[in-house]
Amino acid sequence: MDAKNYLDDITQIKQMMNKSSRFISLSGLSGVMAGIYALIGAFVAHYYIEQYLEKLVTNEVSRNSRPMHLEIEFKLLVIAALIMLAAIVTGVILTSIKAKKNNAKMWDASSRRLLINFAFPLITGGLFCLILIQRNYISLIAPTMLIFYGLACINASKFTIGDIKYLGVINVITGIICSQYIGYGIYFWAFGFGVMHIVYGTIMYLKYDRK
Amino acid sequence: MGIINNINKAFDHRIRLGIMSILMVNEYAEFTMLKELLEATDGNLASHLKALEKEAYIVVQKQFIGRKPNTKYVATDLGRLEFKKHINALEKLINRS
Repeated sequence: MDAKNYLDDITQIKQMMNKSSRFISLSGLSGVMAGIYALIGAFVAHYYIEQYLEKLVTNEVSRNSRPMHLEIEFKLLVIAALIMLAAIVTGVILTSIKAKKNNAKMWDASSRRLLINFAFPLITGGLFCLILIQRNYISLIAPTMLIFYGLACINASKFTIGDIKYLGVINVITGIICSQYIGYGIYFWAFGFGVMHIVYGTIMYLKYDRK
Repeated sequence: MGIINNINKAFDHRIRLGIMSILMVNEYAEFTMLKELLEATDGNLASHLKALEKEAYIVVQKQFIGRKPNTKYVATDLGRLEFKKHINALEKLINRS
């Protein structure tokens, strides 16, 4: 056996370790799409919030109008849910296409592990946001979403291609900064979920998908 | 030629190398998972697993999930140690040339 064979052995070892423990078929394009949905959502939400504030200023509704507050809260929740739904559906479709191309299974031990480790911090964050709404800490929702989403990404990075860790770190930092600029949450949100997703997705696409 | 001694004959095959690599980074692996990842036939994979088991590098855990038999493979401490030695030896051999 010569050195070339040993090198093949090492390559084979690395490849098997990666393939068996990391889900590598996450589609970069789905990251870009999630970012675009988030930006559209942020835009619509921004419009509704402005409209709401204007009505408050012109005293078209009183500050104590409970139905009015509930209406805007409901609208924002629906927008958030729609963005999430669109992002998940697109992600699942694009990832299954990529998995097929990679000759890998979409639903196996590695993708299951990835999903569980991603979902746990994410669902915790989601529930915590609902608690914030319940306790009326509306201003902390955007930073909380960013921070928990970032932590979910960092946690998931051990089970897929590592780049998602940086998306997580940036979102956590964005979330912390956001918490100090109450009232500008929507802009930080659009940056973290919109712009950063598009950047991350594009990098992933160029680095791994386009072959 | 000290390093040559650390090249372990038991790992000197693509399938066995693959089995150990997978078991190093996973708590356990099921037979079907190994089969898919290594693209081996049942018989071929089973014989290599048996060989590693004989060396006490891996252990088999058989159980039933409902009525379906389920076979899990786990790397032993000895197996992990020996495999690490093997990798180190491979790396040294590559760096030397």
